[in-house]
Amino acid sequence: MAEILNHRKLGDEYHSLTIVAPEIAEAAKPGQFVNLRPPTDRSYLLRRPFSIFRVNRRGNVAATVEVVFDIRGPGTAALAAMRRHEPIDIVGPIGRSFTIPKTQHSCLLVGGGVGATPLFFLGEELQNAGKRVDVLWGAATASRLVAPIEAKRLGAVAAFTTDDGSEGHHGLITEVLGEMIERCGTEVIYTCGPRQMMASVTKIALEFGIPAQVAMEELMGCGIGVCMTCVTPVWNRDGTGIANVRTCVDGPVFNGARIAWDRYAKEEAAAALPAGN
Amino acid sequence: MPRVDLSVDLGGMKLRSPLVTASGCFASGREMSEFIDLKKLGAIVVKSMTLKPWAGKATPRMAETSSGMLNAIGLQNKGVDHFLSTDLPWLTEQKVPVIASIAGNTTQEFMQVAERLRSAPIHAVEVNISCPNLEDRNNMFAHDPQSTSAVISAVRRMVDVPIFAKLSPNVTSLTAIAGAALEAGAAGLSLINTVMAMSIDVDSAMPKVAGVVGGLSGPAIKPIAVRAVFEVHQAYPHVPIIGMGGVMDARDVIEFVLAGASAVALGTVNFINPKAGHEILSDLGQFLSSRKVGSLAAMRGQVKVEG
Ligand SMILES: Cc1cc2nc3c(=O)[nH]c(=O)nc-3n(C[C@H](O)[C@H](O)[C@H](O)COP(=O)(O)OP(=O)(O)OC[C@H]3O[C@@H](n4cnc5c(N)ncnc54)[C@H](O)[C@@H]3O)c2cc1C
Ligand SMILES: Cc1cc2nc3c(=O)[nH]c(=O)nc-3n(C[C@H](O)[C@H](O)[C@H](O)COP(=O)(O)O)c2cc1C
Ligand code: FES
Repeated sequence: MAEILNHRKLGDEYHSLTIVAPEIAEAAKPGQFVNLRPPTDRSYLLRRPFSIFRVNRRGNVAATVEVVFDIRGPGTAALAAMRRHEPIDIVGPIGRSFTIPKTQHSCLLVGGGVGATPLFFLGEELQNAGKRVDVLWGAATASRLVAPIEAKRLGAVAAFTTDDGSEGHHGLITEVLGEMIERCGTEVIYTCGPRQMMASVTKIALEFGIPAQVAMEELMGCGIGVCMTCVTPVWNRDGTGIANVRTCVDGPVFNGARIAWDRYAKEEAAAALPAGN
Repeated sequence: MPRVDLSVDLGGMKLRSPLVTASGCFASGREMSEFIDLKKLGAIVVKSMTLKPWAGKATPRMAETSSGMLNAIGLQNKGVDHFLSTDLPWLTEQKVPVIASIAGNTTQEFMQVAERLRSAPIHAVEVNISCPNLEDRNNMFAHDPQSTSAVISAVRRMVDVPIFAKLSPNVTSLTAIAGAALEAGAAGLSLINTVMAMSIDVDSAMPKVAGVVGGLSGPAIKPIAVRAVFEVHQAYPHVPIIGMGGVMDARDVIEFVLAGASAVALGTVNFINPKAGHEILSDLGQFLSSRKVGSLAAMRGQVKVEG
């Protein structure tokens, strides 16, 4: 059991929980996540996965990890009702992280909605490694941009898009991405957000001939690699076949070019046998 | 605290703990070994394996439901040869009994998987007959006494270790299927596999899992599982049973044992608490000693019913 050090609102829409978890904070890398057990009765049993928003290792024995989330259903509602000093059951850090580029210098972070969460931690690490960091956040409306003031501080260039025009460009991230890449001299893209958005971001990145690291989201039964609930379809290295790969421990960060994006649409249409498990 | 004996006899296998793993909820143990000492488990029942690798179903593969989860994984696994070359050597080093769960879509396929396991260092085979039978209009083997019998006797011819037939609760007469499995050579029974179920997203009018229907697990199904174990134990009191379905804590384990389980498998609880295998074992010891019961095995089938 870990302990909640702080619970605050982040803007109007998001909650932030800072959790004292020294071992997790020490080991954590950007793009990894933690699996929290909401304090509910037996009606909602499963853990909820959350990207690591930030770590604070200065506290030593009190080193913390911070997660940011919005209320979606019973699990996040129960977490949002938790208070300072309450115990919380946390597993982590889990998964493969984003990787810091060896040769490239100019990095663009592209976050859709709450998907921007893991990109703050990444941005800090990239800066610590001496890289240039630019940010492009998109959301439905201004209040759904994650920590926009901190994002402005993080990015050499920081741009926003909203579906309703309440902040920044009125429209989608993908409408301004090309322009951003040119303006910032982007050499690597890191993205997290809705699947459709990440598919489009990957496509544009490839058109510019630059790599995209994407952080995928899937429903997770266990979050520790044993149940096979969370798979992402990934092309094998020679492009001859697709394997269903566990998002929790083999991801959540993948090379965008390797993801079989059009499989999702096809599979939705496919009928299935009445098999179990 | 007086010493309590938590070891059990499972069809001739002496297990140091009554807790085993439910197939598909523990993979082959490697990931879980970061959380618990596998040696403390009675046995590891690995994810069902098939002759060739299976890719499984499309996503979404899971939906959370009241006190449970619905899954439609589609038996994604890397195949028996991968198990033999990669998982089993590692498991053998862990010094914990291994029960290989096998699956297939035809009797022939079950037989071929079993044949590959013939000389492998495993302690038992669990036959997951909750699979669609391609030769019988995709009816599950476990839903038909003839198909059940055919698969179990085919596997029986291939391996010498004890065979456990894993039965589906989605049948009219569980004891009839259990009888068919035992007659065909099963040494014991595993009860229950998931309960066939469905969830629909009301906003999109789409099924919540891509497989349309799936299998329900977790506390939601525990009363169904306890009934199944009770019914089968009453009919075949000398047959070893691995009971499972919704076990979350030590009291649940006791409940299964009272109903007639010889050992109890932990499934979905591993997802919620990866240390469950340890914590429940230690709670079991405390439960028994606080009630001055010396041995868990002595509680088997001791539910007090008239008649
Ligand atoms: C790797 C990863 C990182 C994530 N990081 C964040 C984050 O930083 N901030 C944030 O707000 N959200 C994040 N999410 C999504 C978050 O896990 C869900 O919003 C949350 O589980 C919803 O739970 P609920 O009970 O409130 O909603 P419900 O919709 O009632 O949940 C029902 C079930 O579906 C699952 N579920 C629902 N939505 C999602 C989703 N989008 N992704 C995965 N599982 C889901 C739940 O875990 C639960 O099992 C992340 C998801 C993943 C997989
Ligand atoms: C994600 C998942 C995967 C499963 N895979 C298998 C499997 O491969 N073979 C099998 O016999 N049972 C499988 N099962 C069923 C379990 O072994 C067990 O019978 C069932 O879940 C009931 O126990 P529980 O409520 O403790 O989980 C699976 C269950 C779940 C939840
Ligand atoms: S969530 Fe269980 S394997 Fe990834």
